[in-house]
Amino acid sequence: MSPAGDGMGAAEAPFSFSEANVERAKAVIAKYPDGRQQSAVMALLDLAQRQNGGWLSQPALEYVAEFLGMPTIRVAEVATFYTMYNRTPIGRHHVQVCTNLSCWLRGSDEIAAVCRETLGIDFGQTSADGAFTLSEVECLCACVNAPIVQIDDDFYEDLTAESMRTILDALRAGQTPKPGSQIGRTSSEPMGGLTTLTGGDGDGGEARPTGES
Amino acid sequence: MLRDQDRIFTNIYGFADGGLAGARQRGDWDDTSSLIARGRTVIVDEVRKSGLRGRGGAGFVTGLKWSFMPKEVGARPHYLVVNADEGEPGTCKDREILRHEPHKLIEGSLIAAVAMGAHACYVYIRGEFYREAEALQRAIDEAYDAGLIGRNAAGSGWDFDMYIHRGAGAYICGEETALLESIEGKKGQPRLKPPFPANVGLWGCPTTVNNVETIAVVPTILRRGGDWFAGLGRPKNTGTKLFNISGHVNQPCTVEEEMGIPLKDLIERHAGGVRGGWNNLLAVIPGGASVPLIPKSVCETVRMDFDSLQQAKSGLGTAGLMVMDKSTDIVKAIARLSKFYKHESCGQCTPCREGSGWMWRMMERLTVGRASFEEIDLLEQVTRQVEGHTICAFGDAAAWPIQGLLRHFRPELEQRVRDYQNARSRAAA
Repeated sequence: MSPAGDGMGAAEAPFSFSEANVERAKAVIAKYPDGRQQSAVMALLDLAQRQNGGWLSQPALEYVAEFLGMPTIRVAEVATFYTMYNRTPIGRHHVQVCTNLSCWLRGSDEIAAVCRETLGIDFGQTSADGAFTLSEVECLCACVNAPIVQIDDDFYEDLTAESMRTILDALRAGQTPKPGSQIGRTSSEPMGGLTTLTGGDGDGGEARPTGES
Repeated sequence: MLRDQDRIFTNIYGFADGGLAGARQRGDWDDTSSLIARGRTVIVDEVRKSGLRGRGGAGFVTGLKWSFMPKEVGARPHYLVVNADEGEPGTCKDREILRHEPHKLIEGSLIAAVAMGAHACYVYIRGEFYREAEALQRAIDEAYDAGLIGRNAAGSGWDFDMYIHRGAGAYICGEETALLESIEGKKGQPRLKPPFPANVGLWGCPTTVNNVETIAVVPTILRRGGDWFAGLGRPKNTGTKLFNISGHVNQPCTVEEEMGIPLKDLIERHAGGVRGGWNNLLAVIPGGASVPLIPKSVCETVRMDFDSLQQAKSGLGTAGLMVMDKSTDIVKAIARLSKFYKHESCGQCTPCREGSGWMWRMMERLTVGRASFEEIDLLEQVTRQVEGHTICAFGDAAAWPIQGLLRHFRPELEQRVRDYQNARSRAAA
């Protein structure tokens, strides 16, 4: 499922944290008790990945290992176990299509087809211009807003083929499409009108007049 | 039907301000120090009296779980860990708490920490919930600034720190001991139990791991009383619950309802009914991907609580309902779940690592009927050999969806095999 980019030929440029990231890394380590700095490895790998254009090179792994005083193999174990760490170069936008059951029941096949067709790539591939990597992911857990696609850090929900196409076109044009529901929902409320919390101000103070208790 | 004044999550949809000011208007952080002043024993007893059972899927009695923590804090500090690694397909309840009701979680964490002698709490949020982690961090920062957590939290005399630990895409980290491994900076592979986390947990210290929803309902239980909570729902299945209704319904949604609400009511009242009408229903997976499906005949009368669904040979799990109408290729649907389990197996135990792949491959063949009749029995056998033979419950979770399919849709599988064989013999002739 990890994007199978062309890792072999990529230059393994040296890596070290920016000054800002050194500070961030220190703040992360401070969250854990003394001597437990290994706990910071996941957050530091995330920092490294973000600084390194979305993927973790071998020098980045070695740098994080040294930063935390861990054997590199322990860092490599973590980096390969968790799917969000990319061990090969990746496009500027990571389009991650959920195809698990709730999304599939509501048309993720069609969403995936639109992504393939619009981006001209299949799951696990990166577009020739380096703009997009397309991935299939497991349940993103926004199931009542299915179908869902995560692009970078944001969820795009309640998608249709048309809204999916619009989002991808906007990204390609350098815009930032509005995340969340694409059919005007605030979050996970029923689209047809509220069935609970009808007080209106969100304090739940008034019971809805109903015939039953 | 649950009355609005008995709903705990009054901002679950995020219509109002999720920040501290809005939370205070909804009653959060109201005289928290007096709740804490009741003391550890009284808090645990009140939660016990409420009958609250863990909302993460297993349904263990929360007050009882808390009472397993050592009574005295020794040389090793105690920890509270909140499981926000929401990953069960069909489930999206904790997400709404994290982004719209974060102060209920923070206040609940403080109270729970007092109840177990902990001064520190780690919230493990799945990595994909980046915005949700941001929302919770904002709320944590607000709470620190207002003196509600930190030194002398909320004026209670109790010191309490709360930290977020983000995951990075591994379903198995929702298993509590895998989660602890992950916080320790390792691969998320479950630990053998015993020792249980209450004795040997995070960094070898006494630890309790609770689900987000479990912790977030605690302040309201203390304010309104364990009896109030216990008076909702049904015996041993008390209180309110967040339900997620997804799939083939007219209005997919999240809703807080009373435990024990009939499944049919839940779908018809809140989710706008089954697409094409109730009679177009094929089956429902009532509690996230890990519980066996139930066919329409069972859905007619079953109630949404732990014990009712267990009697129906399924489970409440996380209360994420996946509704499937008659257009659904039910074999393909379960095969998709098998693919999920194959992908997410941590690889530690052989029956699960190998078995999840076997089961997925057999399910893929069965979707087109490319199998012999005997293989249907063989598939059943494989599920039985995975179930109960692994360190954690993931093996069971991989086996149960298939067992549910075999229990209720075996004729469908046999028909596919028959059709495939007939097509082959026609082609040969």
